[in-house]
Amino acid sequence: MELTLTINGKTETLSVDARDSLSDVIREKLNLTGTHVGCDHGACGACTVHLDGIPVRSCIVLAVRCEGSEVRTIEGTRGDDAMNVIRRHFHEKHALQCGFCTPGMLMMASDIIRRYGRPDEKQVRSELSGQICRCTGYMGIVAAIVAAADELAGEPAAG
Amino acid sequence: MKPASFDYVRATTLEEAVGVLAADDGVTVIAGGQSLLPMLNLRVTAAETLLDITRLEELKAVRETGEQVFIGALVTHASIEDGIAREAFGGLLQRVASKIAYRAVRNLGTVGGSVVLSDPSADWPACLLALDATAVLASASGQRRVALSEFLVDAYETALEPGEILTGFEISRRNAGGWGVGKVARKSGAFADSLAVAVLGRAGQATRIALSGTASCAQPMARVAALLDEEPGAQAEQLARAIRADITDAHEEATPYQERCHLHTVMSAITEARQSWS
Repeated sequence: MELTLTINGKTETLSVDARDSLSDVIREKLNLTGTHVGCDHGACGACTVHLDGIPVRSCIVLAVRCEGSEVRTIEGTRGDDAMNVIRRHFHEKHALQCGFCTPGMLMMASDIIRRYGRPDEKQVRSELSGQICRCTGYMGIVAAIVAAADELAGEPAAG
Repeated sequence: MKPASFDYVRATTLEEAVGVLAADDGVTVIAGGQSLLPMLNLRVTAAETLLDITRLEELKAVRETGEQVFIGALVTHASIEDGIAREAFGGLLQRVASKIAYRAVRNLGTVGGSVVLSDPSADWPACLLALDATAVLASASGQRRVALSEFLVDAYETALEPGEILTGFEISRRNAGGWGVGKVARKSGAFADSLAVAVLGRAGQATRIALSGTASCAQPMARVAALLDEEPGAQAEQLARAIRADITDAHEEATPYQERCHLHTVMSAITEARQSWS
C-alpha cells in the first residue's frame, strides 16, 4: 500500500504493508533508528513518538493509519529549544545509563511539560509510569523533568 | 514481531463502514487499536481484513442535551481526561478516563473500543454499566439501541451482531446523588485486579454499582445497591455481607485475593460516593 506522511517536517511517500507498524516504518523504511522498540506490544514506552502533536506508542499504531498525518521522532527535536533544555537536564541529572528508553522518555517528557507546565514530582512519576527504564531507578529522570519544567517556566529551580 | 498479514480498508463515513461490514463477515473493525494491535502483534488474535473507522467524524461527537449525554464511540480516553463532558456526571467520566493505562495509550484508545472488546478488567464497561448507559448500534439495515447490561454478554463477548458497528452511548442525566470509584492494580496503568464504580440513586433513581476484574464481563452488584436504597445509612458490616453475596454471583471461583480486592474496591467506591454526596 502507498502511504504519505510528514515525518519531522518532510513529506514522504512510501510503499508499506498493511501490517507494518509505525515503528517498523520509522526504523526500517525511513532509517530513523533513534526510535527504539523494546517490547513491540505497547508495554514499555520506548517507541513513543508524536503523532499529530501527541505522544503515541509507535509499535501499536498501524503505519497505514497515519496517512496524511504528521509524525515527529526524536531526530526531529534537534532544533527544538524546549527539548534541548530537557536534554541538558537529562545529562546533568544522570537521567540515563544505557540510553535505550531515553528517546521515548524525552518524547513523553516534553508532552508532560506541555500539559502540566510545572509538574511536581508526584505528577511526573504518575505520568511516567508507562515508560520503563531498567537502569536508572527513575530518580534522575524525574528530577530532570521537574528541573527542565522549572527552567522552561522561567522559575528558579527548587532545591 | 509482526502480526499475520491482513487486508486493510479505511472508511470515511458511517454509511461506507456499514456497507463494508454488510458485504463481508470476515471484517474486524479497528478504532484506536490500543488493545487490538498488541493482540495482533502477539498473535493471540488474527484478522482477515481490518476496517479502520478512525476517520468517521460522526463517531467522535459528544452531544449534551437536557435529558442525556451522547458519547461517540471514537471519543478517546485522553479527550475525556482533558475535560470533554466533564460536568455531565460530576467528573465521573474524567476520573475513570484518567486512570486507564498510560497517556500515550489514552491518546488513541477509545471508549467504544474498550466496551466492544469487553475485556474483563476494562474500566469503561463498569463505569457505563453503573451509569445505566445505552449502546447505539448501526448496521446497513438501520439503528438499534441496547442497554449496556444486555450489550455486555461475557468476557470478550457482546451483543454486537455481524454487520453492526457501535456508534456511541446514550447516558441519561439521572439525578445521580454522588459517585465513587475503587480500583486495585499492581501498578498505575496496569489492568485492574478489581474495579468498582458506584453511582448513588436520588429522586427515585436506583443506586447502581458495577464491578470489573471478574472472570466475565463487568457485573452489576445488585444486592448491595438495593441495600443502599433501602437503608442509606447501612453500616459497613451489613454492606460487606451484601457485597460478599454479590461477589459470589459476579465472580465464580474467585481466589481469596480476588475476593478481598473486590470487597475493598466496592467498599471504597461506596465510601467515596457517600462522601461526595454529603
